[in-house]
Order: sequence, then structure tokens, then C-alpha cells
Amino acid sequence: MSNSPSSAPASLTGSLIRERRLALGLRQGEVAQSAGVSASYLNLIEHNRRRVGAEVLERLAAALGTEVAILSEGAGGALIDDLRAAASTVPGVQPELDRIEDFAGRFPGWAAVLAAQHHRAAQLERAVGALNDRLTHDPHLSASLHEVLSALASVRSTAAILADTEDIDPDWRARFHQNLHQDSERLAHGAEALVAYLDGPDTAVDAGLAAPQEEVEGWLAARGWHLAELAEPGGFERLMAEVAGLAAVAARSLAQEFLRQSADEARLLPDAVLRAALEGGEADPSVLAQRSGLPVLAVMRRIALLPGSVAGLVICDASGTLLFRKPVDGFALPRFGAACPLWPLFAALARPMMPMVARVEPAGRAARVFRTLSICETRLPQGFSGPDLREAAMLILPDDAPLRAAGPVLALGSSCRICPRAACPARREPSILTEAGVQ
Amino acid sequence: MTARVLLIEDEPNITEAIRFILSRDGCEVTTLADGVGAVAAVRAVMPDLVILDLMLPGVSGLEILAELRADPATQGLPVMMLTAKGQGRDREAAERAGANHFMTKPFSNDDMRAAVRALISG
Repeated sequence: MSNSPSSAPASLTGSLIRERRLALGLRQGEVAQSAGVSASYLNLIEHNRRRVGAEVLERLAAALGTEVAILSEGAGGALIDDLRAAASTVPGVQPELDRIEDFAGRFPGWAAVLAAQHHRAAQLERAVGALNDRLTHDPHLSASLHEVLSALASVRSTAAILADTEDIDPDWRARFHQNLHQDSERLAHGAEALVAYLDGPDTAVDAGLAAPQEEVEGWLAARGWHLAELAEPGGFERLMAEVAGLAAVAARSLAQEFLRQSADEARLLPDAVLRAALEGGEADPSVLAQRSGLPVLAVMRRIALLPGSVAGLVICDASGTLLFRKPVDGFALPRFGAACPLWPLFAALARPMMPMVARVEPAGRAARVFRTLSICETRLPQGFSGPDLREAAMLILPDDAPLRAAGPVLALGSSCRICPRAACPARREPSILTEAGVQ
Repeated sequence: MTARVLLIEDEPNITEAIRFILSRDGCEVTTLADGVGAVAAVRAVMPDLVILDLMLPGVSGLEILAELRADPATQGLPVMMLTAKGQGRDREAAERAGANHFMTKPFSNDDMRAAVRALISG
């Protein structure tokens, strides 16, 4: 078998060299000569029976008029990984995994098409999941539909009364005409808002139909999830002016509160200080919290909002309702409704001030492993006699360790309805997706 | 058809239309615009039929139905549920809670009359 990660790239290199040479119409002897190797040695390399050293590869690349990277292990390795992932997505079909390098080497174009199709399928699956999530759980969409149906019910019944009742009292007739007018206005507005909503996220925001939290997150996403201006003179005021342009009143108020909080936190832990600490290898939020005097949760927010940060973040309250979502590619976060109960975020919620580190693998075709740091903090805004308010945060970091190399990995999802892990013990409801390709 | 109908619906124009068509059929229609106090109103009026909207401000139609079914005095009362969704989980839940009939918005006046007649005589 040659499908272990260490041997695959080497054998692919030989095939790629051969493909390249044949594509150029060159003979082995010609290429061998210009690369300074014997024809028989090149033959062995091409048939993947000899590993090729860096120096020889460089000379071969030059002889073939191409880059080392094109023929090298890295480029091919990524392609092989994609093909391997694609191979696992079709249930019941068993592609020849032991010949995967051969395939990629002999048909690099077709292999690239297959890999691209695989990525496209994963992308579409995520889009379907997000749309389905929106249609089934979006309270705003549901409320607008209810509004339209109610107005329609009234119009239908009233119009039928006017059409069918010949001896209707003039006062009643006038009243029903007035009702019809009112309801047709309602219908027109409701229909316009619905069309705008279904037309796209931008117009939905304009129509005031997006959830306030969603609008704030949309604003943050559009600015690349950072508020670097906070460090500049007058930056806070400029940002406040910017959020004054948000469509919904509630979104404006949420965004203003978020900016005030962010400004306070940035004062205690400025971007430059945080960046220096992270670059110096100090990325532990609890250590940074001690140094800066900020709560750990606030440091996590600072890390997630640092310009260029690849960290995702979710924050929830004691009910598990998500208050803040900065998504990461490969770790889908539900827009509405409840999240996966297996998230370490919720385990942290039950154990205030207990830091929790986990390696997790969200469901999906592009299996990636993340490291999550979770913590729950409590507040007593009304003192001992009032309720303790909890807020938990989960910082989502890309995991650099090789897949399954550093201990157990927790398999989780985003929300049950779009999670393909059929056998999950924590499942609440059936999923619209199948498990194919996830394991 | 002479019967007393209690209509619990928060949309004033729908209320007006239903009241009109049922009144012309000889019903005596009492109306209520929200869920709060609905159960007390049913007990006070003891109508022959309750027409109950599923999505009401204050208390949901489902909760009102459950409370009516839990009280021996009202558990046998015919209840027609008005729903804008017409299907799915809410409807199943109302069926389990003991609704006698469903009328889906937007309904036709003829269907409404026929259903009311059937529920009152049944």
C-alpha cells in the first residue's frame, strides 16, 4: 500500500515529472542530460521507484521549464488530501485509494477538477445548511409570514362578504371597505419586506428584518472583525458615527454598547501589547488576563477582534443563547436556534471559572480540528440578593497539531438539524443531511 | 343556527369579518382580543363554541386550550383553532391538546360557516 501520508507525495513527484516530460514531448534521455542525471536513473524516478533529492528535483524542474513547487511534495500533498477527502464522500463506492497518487500524477487536470468539485460540494452543503437554518429558525421570517397570512385572511373574508351580501347595511359596507384598504396596505408592505428579505442579506438589513444581533455581526464582519480605529485619536467617535447608520434601532443600541465595552477593553489591553504577547508565544488568555487586569472572557474577545486574527469566538448567556458569534471557516455556527449541546462552551457554563481546553472536530466534509478554550464568568449586578448572571465564552483556534495526533478529539456539530452525525447521543431532532463523508 | 360563539382573535379586521358572517347566520358572537383572561371569559360566557386563534398576545391559544381541557366544566366544549400556519408541529400539538377542528388562514367564509354549523350541531 502506498496511501500513507509519508510515501504518497514522493511517488506523486515521479509521476508528475513523467507527465510533464510527456506533455512537452521530450524523451527521457534529453531531460536526463539537461538535468545532469542518467536516463536510467530518471526512469526509476519517473516510475516512483527512487526518491528524488532536492537538488536533482531543482535541476529536473529547470529542465522541464517548471517550478519545483509544481513537482514537489507540498503541492501534490494537498491535492492528494483533497482527493482522499472526496473519495470518502460517496457511500457504497470504493475508489482505488492505493492508486490515488498514480491518478493525480497521470491526470493532474482531472484530479484538480475532482478536488475543486469536492470543495464546491462542501461549500454548497454549508450554504444549504445556513439557508435551512434560516428558514426554520428565523423568528423574523416567521413573524413576517404570519403578518402576511393574517392580512390575507382578513382580505379574503371581507371581500367575500362584500361580494356575497347584497343587502349589506351601508355603514357595514363602509367599514369593510375601510378594513380592506387597511389590510391591502399591510399586505403590500409585508410582501415588499418579504421579497427584500429573500432577495439577499443586504436588502434584508435595509428592510429592518434582520435580527439586531445579526446586523451587528454583519457590520463587524464587513469590517474584517476588528476595531483597529479604537487605538487612533477620535477613532471611538468615528466608530460610534458608523454604527449610527445601522438599520434597526436595537442593532444600533447593541453596537454602541459593544463599542463602549471594546473601547474599555482595548484601553487595558491595546492591540500592540496583545500582538507583541501573541508573537512572543504568550497566547494563554488567563495569563494575559492577569497581566492586563481584564477578565479572561474579555481577553478572549480582544484576541478574536485583533486585526488579522484567525480565532473564532462564541459567547452565550446562562440560557445557552448565543450573544456573539465570530465564525471560523470549517466551524459552522448556527444563526438561529440552539447550538450543538456538545460544545465545550456549554460544559463551561455549568462550571463557572473552570478553564476548559478541548480539541474538537466539527461535522462537515472538510474535516478540520480546532482547539477550543472555554470559560464561564459570573456577575452579581444586584449583589448577593440578586441573580448571578453567567456568561461563557469559547475561543476557537486552528489546531496546528496533525489530525488525531495529540490525544482525543471531540466530534461535534453546529446544530442538530444541519448536523450529519446521525448516531450522536446528544441528538435532539433528525438532520436534513446524511452522514456520508463525515467519518 | 342560534348559538353563542366566543371568538378569541387579536386581528380586529378578522374578528369583524367572522362576527359579521356568523351573526348573519344567527349566532350571538362575543369577542376577545387577547389570551389573558380568555379562560375566565369562557367560564363566564359558557358558549356553545369557542373559536380560538393559535397565536395570541399574552397567552398562546395552545395554553388556553390545555386549560379548558383540564377543567371538567369546559373540557367537552367544542373548540375551533384558527391558525396561520395550518400544518406542522403547532397543529399536531393542538390536536393532541384536544382541538375539535382547524381553520387555516386565509379561510373561505363558506368553510367557516360550514365548520361552525357542524361543531355546534355535533
